[in-house]
Amino acid sequence: MSKSLPSWRELPIGAVILQPGSTVRYKTHEWRTLRPVINQDKCIRCRLCWAYCPEGTILELDKPYTTKAGKVYNITYEVNYDYCKGCGVCAYECPVKAIEMVPEVR
Amino acid sequence: MSRPLTIRDLPREERFAPGHRMCQGCGAAILMRHITKAVPKDTIITQATGCVEVTTTLYPETAWKHPWIHVAFENAAAVASGVEAALKALKRKGVIPESKDVKVLSMGGDGGTFDIGIQALSGMLERGHDVLYIVYDNEAYMNTGIQRSGATPFGAWTTTTPVGKVWRGEWRRKKDIISIALAHRVPYVATVNPAFLPDLYEKIRKALSIKGPKLIHAFSPCVPGWRYEPELTIAIAKMAVFTGVWVNYEVENGEFRVTTPVPKRKPVEEYLKLQGRFRHLTAQEISEIQKYVDEQVEHINKLAGKVVIGPVER
Repeated sequence: MSKSLPSWRELPIGAVILQPGSTVRYKTHEWRTLRPVINQDKCIRCRLCWAYCPEGTILELDKPYTTKAGKVYNITYEVNYDYCKGCGVCAYECPVKAIEMVPEVR
Repeated sequence: MSRPLTIRDLPREERFAPGHRMCQGCGAAILMRHITKAVPKDTIITQATGCVEVTTTLYPETAWKHPWIHVAFENAAAVASGVEAALKALKRKGVIPESKDVKVLSMGGDGGTFDIGIQALSGMLERGHDVLYIVYDNEAYMNTGIQRSGATPFGAWTTTTPVGKVWRGEWRRKKDIISIALAHRVPYVATVNPAFLPDLYEKIRKALSIKGPKLIHAFSPCVPGWRYEPELTIAIAKMAVFTGVWVNYEVENGEFRVTTPVPKRKPVEEYLKLQGRFRHLTAQEISEIQKYVDEQVEHINKLAGKVVIGPVER
């Protein structure tokens, strides 16, 4: 590390952390060996993957999507690959098996 | 209460930032995400040392978006008591308006609650502070390397209750924290499970609406400590309820109510075989655990006054 650490005089009293939610700076995607891929046509928008994700990396977006069968959904679930640790809870709990865990290639 | 909540009623806004270092598939991480969704934005959280504390607040970063304080291992409940008393004093002195309702939430793991923090918790419950205490129970000291705690169930392997010729894992039964809390005559006590999130959300909202000390006991599967593949976290949490190992219930002013009835119970083996920490168990030891679960279910049914957890179906 080239940058020197702040001295105790520069830190706030009690070393209080002043930025809420600052762990977003640390991206945990490198922990992943398997990557979840959502099949948007198979997905029935049941919200289970969103609810059971330990990281909150399944994003619930107000993005309309029309499936190949012609069904229109107002919401779309997408994975935030910056933080997904690849645990596979979403794929295991998906009732229609619309999430596939594929090996990560870097 | 009009209709039971469903998974659609959970708020979308995330108040628990990603980037924390909890394990892949951590059960406590699912709990923390939904606990922070359920409590108001300005709730003050105090936390005991434990997995969640060390993995979410690596200086100079924090995963929390609520005001959050940690002091030591044993005193999360004592800190919460102090925060609650300080809020009262500030209101009396007119520093914050009397009408402002700030909730205080205290959290600890099973080590910080069942063993190390029990005196602080008992004091908080007995003095009647308006604090909600949530214990996430992963049934051992997982953060320091899977040492047994007062919450470790019978038969479980841990590094301090090893399996060999003489020892067969933990030989003592789990401490009953709910009965300890009830002995303090608190207004609200409940158990929650990460597989039943609308139930968890509703119980936390209900607890916060009640004045006085409250305790919520949360089931928290642990991937490295329980020895299972990370994707099974929710499957294990569900199986614990379906076998009767874990019962979702609440006790409101002495009134007992089971919130997740199980008409036909599965044999306890279904729960044990998912986890590596129970791999060594013989048929005789499993039948002994089944006997303990049967006893617990019988006790629950007696408290409920009817059969809410049904017989074992093979």
